[in-house]
Amino acid sequence: MKTVFVTVGTTSFDELIESITSPETVEALKARGYERLVLQVGRGSLLPAAHSCPHIRLQAYRFKDSIAEDLKQADLVISHAGAGSCLEALGAGKSLLVVVNDKLMNNHQLEMARQLHMDSHLLYCTCSTLTQTLRMMDLSVLQPFLPGQPKNFANFLDKALGVQ
Amino acid sequence: MAVLVAAVFATLLTCLLFIIRLYIVVKTGPNYKPGTKGPVAVLVVAGSGGHTTEILRLMESLSAAYTPRHYVIADTDRMSEDKICTFERSKQHLDSESQVLCNGPGTCVPLCVAGLLLGILGMKKVLLVYVESICRVQTLSLTGKILYPISDYFFVQWSSLRDKYPKSIFLGRIV
Repeated sequence: MKTVFVTVGTTSFDELIESITSPETVEALKARGYERLVLQVGRGSLLPAAHSCPHIRLQAYRFKDSIAEDLKQADLVISHAGAGSCLEALGAGKSLLVVVNDKLMNNHQLEMARQLHMDSHLLYCTCSTLTQTLRMMDLSVLQPFLPGQPKNFANFLDKALGVQ
Repeated sequence: MAVLVAAVFATLLTCLLFIIRLYIVVKTGPNYKPGTKGPVAVLVVAGSGGHTTEILRLMESLSAAYTPRHYVIADTDRMSEDKICTFERSKQHLDSESQVLCNGPGTCVPLCVAGLLLGILGMKKVLLVYVESICRVQTLSLTGKILYPISDYFFVQWSSLRDKYPKSIFLGRIV
């Protein structure tokens, strides 16, 4: 069953939860062949009940110790632009659509989403363009994302600090 | 009157000494090699969500030479506490020169200033290692801007920042 996993990390992003469960957007998901929608809503005030979306199989929760299993089962990940969420989704090799929260202070998250989008690692949109993006998106353009190399940091620090 | 002049003079002299000491402490960072004397103690500042994830990825790469590891978290941050405990339990390292390792959240600024002050007062040299968050591609965070002039090692993860901040270290993405 083709699954969409939505994650907002440790934040609250009610607008995204509201948008993704709206009839219009659910219709767009169904049109793309998605039949299951899993929502990780974090600190948000909206926690949709399982039967609240009649045309799609819905599951929602706030937090889990690890979202690795949900990521594994997903065919598409829709995420807020938080670094941890994006890196985890990209690290799991999943197609990623980032929804930028334009109500956030300064919204520095946009920088990374924009850069990763320019490097073709993810697609991005806002809540108001979510439905349209889901209808028109072409996931085949996405490039694999190579993981960061913390070892380079460790090697540099060892050398700089004289660690043997 | 003379007392007033003396007090003003003493204050100015203290300020001058402070500034000179600050300059010396900041400039001599690269010469300080705590690793040659034994284990390197680390103070890690974990902020909310993403910052904790990033910093734990960095911590994972550090060898057993970096011990003990102290973590500073907000007392409301249960999530970071859990992540850190899980991480440390998997490490099982069980003694030092010090460094403060931080990655973005503003909470680390007072700690870095405290570390710097220890150096200025001649009590202990504390290396400040700052890794700007991977979210920062074109602009530094406010914390980054504050700590850039006083950090001993300042890492950025995108080349656009390395170009704008020549003192920074760019090794590509490290988280």
